[in-house]
Amino acid sequence: MIVFQNVTKIYRSHPETGAIVALDNVSFKIKEKEFVVILGRSGAGKTTLLKLLIGEEKPTRGRIFFDGKEVSKTSPKDFPILRREIGVIFQDYKLLPSKTVYENIAYAMEVIGASPEEIEKDIPKVLELVGLAERAFNFPEELSGGEKQRATIARALIHRPRVILADEPTGNLDPYHTQDIIHLLEKIHEFGTTVVLSTHDKEIINQLERRTITLEKGKVIRDEEKGSFIL
Amino acid sequence: MFISFKRIFQSGWLNFSRNSGLTFATIFILILTILVITSLFALKKGTNLLIAVVEEKVDISVYFKEESSEEEIVKIQQEIVKIPQVKNIEYISKEKALQNFIQKHKDDPTLMESLEELGRNPFLASLNIQSSEPSQYKEISDILENSQFKNSIEKVDYYQKEPIIDRLFAFTSFLNRSGLVFTLVLVTLSILVAFNTIRLAILNFKTEIQVMKLVGASNWYVRGPFLVQGGISGLISVSAAFLITFSIAYFLGPKMEILFTGLNIFNYFKESLGSILLLQFGTGIGLAIFSSFIAIRKYLKI
Repeated sequence: MIVFQNVTKIYRSHPETGAIVALDNVSFKIKEKEFVVILGRSGAGKTTLLKLLIGEEKPTRGRIFFDGKEVSKTSPKDFPILRREIGVIFQDYKLLPSKTVYENIAYAMEVIGASPEEIEKDIPKVLELVGLAERAFNFPEELSGGEKQRATIARALIHRPRVILADEPTGNLDPYHTQDIIHLLEKIHEFGTTVVLSTHDKEIINQLERRTITLEKGKVIRDEEKGSFIL
Repeated sequence: MFISFKRIFQSGWLNFSRNSGLTFATIFILILTILVITSLFALKKGTNLLIAVVEEKVDISVYFKEESSEEEIVKIQQEIVKIPQVKNIEYISKEKALQNFIQKHKDDPTLMESLEELGRNPFLASLNIQSSEPSQYKEISDILENSQFKNSIEKVDYYQKEPIIDRLFAFTSFLNRSGLVFTLVLVTLSILVAFNTIRLAILNFKTEIQVMKLVGASNWYVRGPFLVQGGISGLISVSAAFLITFSIAYFLGPKMEILFTGLNIFNYFKESLGSILLLQFGTGIGLAIFSSFIAIRKYLKI
């Protein structure tokens, strides 16, 4: 379903600091309905990898396929369609500050042209699932970190994407909320959604026992069926 | 399709009402821009009117010899009317000229006495000629001096008035040209200020626009509400600016008429209502929507 073929991403930033190699000749495949953990220190290239997949960044070399279609050759017009197949849980939440939780989630449905009836029916369900029912009409700035993260998860789920990309979703959370989020992701996976989770959290890896791709300095150094935390 | 349109409009309205501080600043600048452009438009009309009033006061007179008969002069008048530059022509007979003189100087006993002593009408019959352009008086005068009736003409007083006419001509053409440059500079300046205000307002939404794109919104779905928001700001600015223009014209019009005869801006306002509305709508709404469109374009590339 997701294929990375010899992907290299180089950020050419400042002339003095030189180019930064974020990903170096990375190749792997992810099958439909798999649960894959991308493990790595911060700066190892995890976020870049996910950005490449949704077309937020373009690879310097190599090819990326989603469902047989090459992502880097997708025209700007077709990106919205690709992005509707993928639900992204951003590390920094990326909620729309001028919209309430309910409106934020509704927005992801509106862009795919869902009817008002569908929106009214689905949002309470997903809010129930992530445990945010009583926060529906609050603005993001009125929420705690864990609540914001649950709101992004709700938004990522609402249009029933085939893949969920979670970029360090627990990065800013305490252990208690971390468990909540991981359970939620496992639940989503049980419903039949492909999940790609990036993390640097030892606890999560050891607890999940899922396929783990380990990145270090932009390279894949390990790809194991039942991952353990070795860095 | 319809549902998307409805959502774009709703969302635009919501953005507008929730970001009142920002929209207030935008509306304020838009009102100023509209007012500047409207007043320049009015000023242009004002100078034209002023120039016309002054030009009206300038003419040249052709004096005819004592022995020329009235029929002869009327015939000449008919010929002169055919010259394309001539706007207006008036015949002043010997008697009329005398009466004008008496009328003007009846309180001056010395002049009246000397006129009586003379015992006859010393004035010559004349034609007063007005041209549509001050630059053409010389031409008219040349035509007359070299025409078939030059024998009946005593003198053409163009040469006495030449310096004044030349200066007037230089002044009006200067006013026209500098007015145009001044207007262009101010219009550009005010449009740039308005554009920049809107651009800064939208800069605040940079991340928001990018997030919208990342959750799968199409360009038009992101852009739409901002254009609607711009349109609403534009509409409010136009209404406010129109009210301000109306009140200024209404209260200032009669007062101005006392100062400059024939220049009542309220009458002018009523006459050019259509073009003023069009100008204000074009500036306000056009500028707001166009600026929003350009400002967003940059952030949509993701």
